[in-house]
Amino acid sequence: MPSGIIGKKLGMTQIFDSDGLAVPVTVIEAGPCFVVQKKTGDTDGYEAVQLGFERKPLAKFVKPMKGHFEKHGAKSGFKHLKEFRLDDAGPYEVGQEVTVEQFAIGERVDVVGTSKGRGFTGCVKRWNFARGPMTHGSMNHRAPGSIGASAYPSRVVKGKKMPGHMGNTRVTVKKLEVIDVRPEENLLMIRGAVPGPSKGLVLIHKIG
Amino acid sequence: MERVTNLAREQMRADLPDYRPGDTVEVHVRIVEGDKERIQVFKGVVIRKRGTMTGATFTVRKVSYGVGVERIFPQHSPNIEKIVILFRGKVARSRLYYLRQRSGKAARIKEKRTPTA
Repeated sequence: MPSGIIGKKLGMTQIFDSDGLAVPVTVIEAGPCFVVQKKTGDTDGYEAVQLGFERKPLAKFVKPMKGHFEKHGAKSGFKHLKEFRLDDAGPYEVGQEVTVEQFAIGERVDVVGTSKGRGFTGCVKRWNFARGPMTHGSMNHRAPGSIGASAYPSRVVKGKKMPGHMGNTRVTVKKLEVIDVRPEENLLMIRGAVPGPSKGLVLIHKIG
Repeated sequence: MERVTNLAREQMRADLPDYRPGDTVEVHVRIVEGDKERIQVFKGVVIRKRGTMTGATFTVRKVSYGVGVERIFPQHSPNIEKIVILFRGKVARSRLYYLRQRSGKAARIKEKRTPTA
């Protein structure tokens, strides 16, 4: 079986399970994806399949991309191409459809997304530093405080938590539970939150 | 987002009556104990309705042996067997928190009289 699928986060809601308990879920429109390229140990040194998600006409691609799709016999291009590593890419064929049917209710999956960008943030937001007093003459409101000692070591230690850019990075959340699968609508419902904004691209990996 | 809204709609219940803050209601709750199932009735005044879609909840307040008891129910929970409206109350607030400070006669709510055709 394929080791995963590409999807688009639609948003969050809450549904009731069989015991009547409310479960928070993220709804993901996943697939249908198509195998664009097969990578094997002989040709590429590792086993993987390249999946395409969301069709886009070949004419809209630059020539190198168009050539890539045509080389593997695709009739149309795809907006998104992602590789999924496998133990053995043997059973796949180029053009094969990959859908959410590979997932079962109750199964655990890893979800990869690009977290929401927070821009340049201070230590309080980025590293959960404590804030100083806002009143009583305090001038230390949200400052990072001391960043080290003086003459020794005369430098700031590497990896010191400082203000800087936060978010907009690849984030993986592991072992999320699949609550519902709807193959006819290409929908996956996963318990809890997944990284990234609504409409953001997510990769759903099968575990094990 | 529209597709998420539609998904949520599937979960929502249309069979419940239109109860409002101020109404006295009986909430019949399904309770599962081990493999047995029974219905528990919670009777009191609706003092708050909040939230939208599947996340909507309402709070029912009653005074039990002199102690105020409030219980929050998810409006669309399948564990709610039914809601019976016993009394329509006429109130000027959507949140009846002032009932918490009152007891006995002061905590009464006037009946809402609607003209019947």
